[in-house]
Amino acid sequence: MSHRPLDISGLPSYRFSHHSLMWWGVMGMILLEGTAFALTIAAYFYLWSQAQTWPLSTTPPELFWGTLNLVVLLLSAWPNHWTKRAGEDGDEPKIRIGLVICALFGIVLIAIRGFEFTALNCRWDSDAYGSIVWLLLGLHTVHLVTDVYDTIVLAGVFFFTQPLEGRRHVDVSENGLYWYFVVLTWIPIYAVIYLFPRVSS
Amino acid sequence: MNPVLERTWRDPPGVVGWFSSIDHKTIGRRYLVTAFAFFVGAGIMAALMRLQLARPENTLIGPDLYNQLFTTHGTVMMFLFAVPVMQGMAIYLVPLMVGSRAIAFPRMNAFAYWVYLFGGLFIFTCLLFNFGPDAGWFSYVPLAGPEYAPGKRADVWAQMITFSELSGLLAAIVVIATVFKLRAPGMTLARLPLFVWAMLATAFMILFAMPSVMLASTALILDRLVSTHFYNPAEGGDALLWQHLFWFFGHPEVYFIFIPGLAFMSSIIPTFSRRPIFGYPAVVMSLTATAFLSFGLWVHHMFATHIPELGKSFFTAASMLIALPTAIQIFCWIATMWTGRLLLATPMLHMLAFFFILVLGGMTGLMVASVPLDLQLTDTYFVVAHLHYVLIGGAVFPLFGAWYYWFPKITGRMMSERLGRWQFWLFFIGFNVAFYPMHHLGLRGMPRRVYTYTDEMGWGPLNLLATAGAVTIAISVLLFTINAVMSLRRGMLAGENPWGAGTLEWATSSPPPSYNFDRQPIVRARDPLWEPPLGELREPTAEPTHIVGLAEHTREVLVTTVQDAIPDHRLAFPQPTLWPFVSAIAVAIMFLGSIFTPWAIVWGGIPVALFATLWFWPKREETDAAIAIEKRP
Repeated sequence: MSHRPLDISGLPSYRFSHHSLMWWGVMGMILLEGTAFALTIAAYFYLWSQAQTWPLSTTPPELFWGTLNLVVLLLSAWPNHWTKRAGEDGDEPKIRIGLVICALFGIVLIAIRGFEFTALNCRWDSDAYGSIVWLLLGLHTVHLVTDVYDTIVLAGVFFFTQPLEGRRHVDVSENGLYWYFVVLTWIPIYAVIYLFPRVSS
Repeated sequence: MNPVLERTWRDPPGVVGWFSSIDHKTIGRRYLVTAFAFFVGAGIMAALMRLQLARPENTLIGPDLYNQLFTTHGTVMMFLFAVPVMQGMAIYLVPLMVGSRAIAFPRMNAFAYWVYLFGGLFIFTCLLFNFGPDAGWFSYVPLAGPEYAPGKRADVWAQMITFSELSGLLAAIVVIATVFKLRAPGMTLARLPLFVWAMLATAFMILFAMPSVMLASTALILDRLVSTHFYNPAEGGDALLWQHLFWFFGHPEVYFIFIPGLAFMSSIIPTFSRRPIFGYPAVVMSLTATAFLSFGLWVHHMFATHIPELGKSFFTAASMLIALPTAIQIFCWIATMWTGRLLLATPMLHMLAFFFILVLGGMTGLMVASVPLDLQLTDTYFVVAHLHYVLIGGAVFPLFGAWYYWFPKITGRMMSERLGRWQFWLFFIGFNVAFYPMHHLGLRGMPRRVYTYTDEMGWGPLNLLATAGAVTIAISVLLFTINAVMSLRRGMLAGENPWGAGTLEWATSSPPPSYNFDRQPIVRARDPLWEPPLGELREPTAEPTHIVGLAEHTREVLVTTVQDAIPDHRLAFPQPTLWPFVSAIAVAIMFLGSIFTPWAIVWGGIPVALFATLWFWPKREETDAAIAIEKRP
């Protein structure tokens, strides 16, 4: 009877993408939050299916701020990609620059989002249409704010807690992955909030 | 016993250490004890209701308290007992079964527990102060809406949902990541224990179902707090939107309570039949099929509404269809027992009860799945009987069996077999005496959720019988508690593997050390402990049996690949900390505040963000320890 061991001490102490535990955690969050978005959109169309006119008693939201948000969000994918890549290369000076740029993009986006709420042409308590539009936009805003805050905290870690474990580079990569989720979900939500009321009426 | 590993992995000492623990076994035990306490609490509510209904025009409990009791009973059983207790079992057992040192995201796991605990304490406290929820466990609008439910009772219900679903979702992610990435080398997906398969399916179902009820209850709170109109037909809202969102969660929920029951069946039956399970691939595929199909059934809770007839037919068909994968598993278990050598110990008795009770519940399920019959029976005691047969037969009997089965692993001591048999028979007989008459009461027109009835209805004798059954169940649960407490002190020492089982949790001492395994195993079979000892069949030095090379002075865990569990990298795990506990308190304050003002989300969110940041912020000594053993990819 032998007990031959397998020595794994030569393995790396972190890896990126689907190798990493954190990637699966983030994917889990993306799945459940994606489900929440999908269900909210389903509720929107359910309410629409029960209505005679749509929007119920108002005009569709103004296009300007929402579209600007779409453009800036899509643009932010570029610094996000650059930072994510820097994380995977372990290039810390680049990571620091990238995180700052991403955070600045995020702050601008939150400001634009503020104007968006003023241009919806409805209040949350005006009717069910107003309620669902505010909920949809609010839900996306929560994600926007959360990930911008995450990015700022991560930048803080890279600026103030040297030297760092290499594992923090995985955090940069996963933060970038989550930002893609925030960007990509905005496309269908934008279409639902801004375009659908225009084609349905 | 490895003293170095013990020092690295044990819970920190003292009171602060108690609140800081992130060991999955500690957290898992807390889940089990908490869920059992909630089960007893909700069971006492049921007993009170049964006493009230024991005779016509009884005056023990008035209508208002009765409404709170049945609502809280159902809510606690479904949200704070049935789902969390199964997650607790998974949290304790899955890392052991896959041969890992720890659970994934151990701090988040601890956080999820505290959120669950606070949510549960919250609803019980509210009931004690006479503002327990009173609109039924599915809290239909408009009854629970701002117009018909003034006061805060409906908000208590809705916010309890937020607590328990947040906790459930996080625990699901923890389980998924553990199963996918922390398995012992060699434990390919095709060798995954069926228990783990079932818990994985459950976790995915939670991920897709729970957001629905969170969305529904958030919209309800918004309707009540800031005058949105999601459910208000006067302003373009719709009451059925609630039912769709609730049951899109609610029906899968029944199945993610039931699938862990199947997990226990598929673990315990092979052990007590002394053979590997019959038809492993069929069982795995059936589990997966059940998980998928359960999302296509929700409208059968809404047959009495105005949805299109064609839609109802579709959901009738789907409701019939889901019986098939369950039947396949039942046949696999029968084949396992048929061709094995049966050992009728207490855990196995509970498995056999499943066959009897669940099949009866399944039969009445087929009845209420057909629209015309459902229209007759909906909202009667027939449905109460049906759902208790399904849930208690499908989940609670297997769960009690599972407690007898894994109690020796968790505590190191066996439970008394004699008391166990008494408890089993009292439970089995009491259950049928309590719930079987309810079928007849329902057929005779007794509606559910009534606090009393008149003598002329003729429902008195069967109700009295049901109450006698309920008292018997209460005695049996008391007996179980006595058995557990006594065995904890004086039970026979269990040793590593008292039942001669085949899965990895039995390959370590009972209770397991804080680091789970002295030697982390390498797996070459579905039932690793049943494969012939190395050397009998192969060359002595053919394959490695365990792994070495993980750091011992710091918490390090082996991460493997998703499909084939090939060693991938070593990962430093976090130290115990108070932050999950503190963050959970902050979250609880935010949730409670938001019952009263929407601004609680803003002001309450600040400490939550702050504590989460402090939780994440790297500690110098931990970072240095990690850098010392770091190897870049």
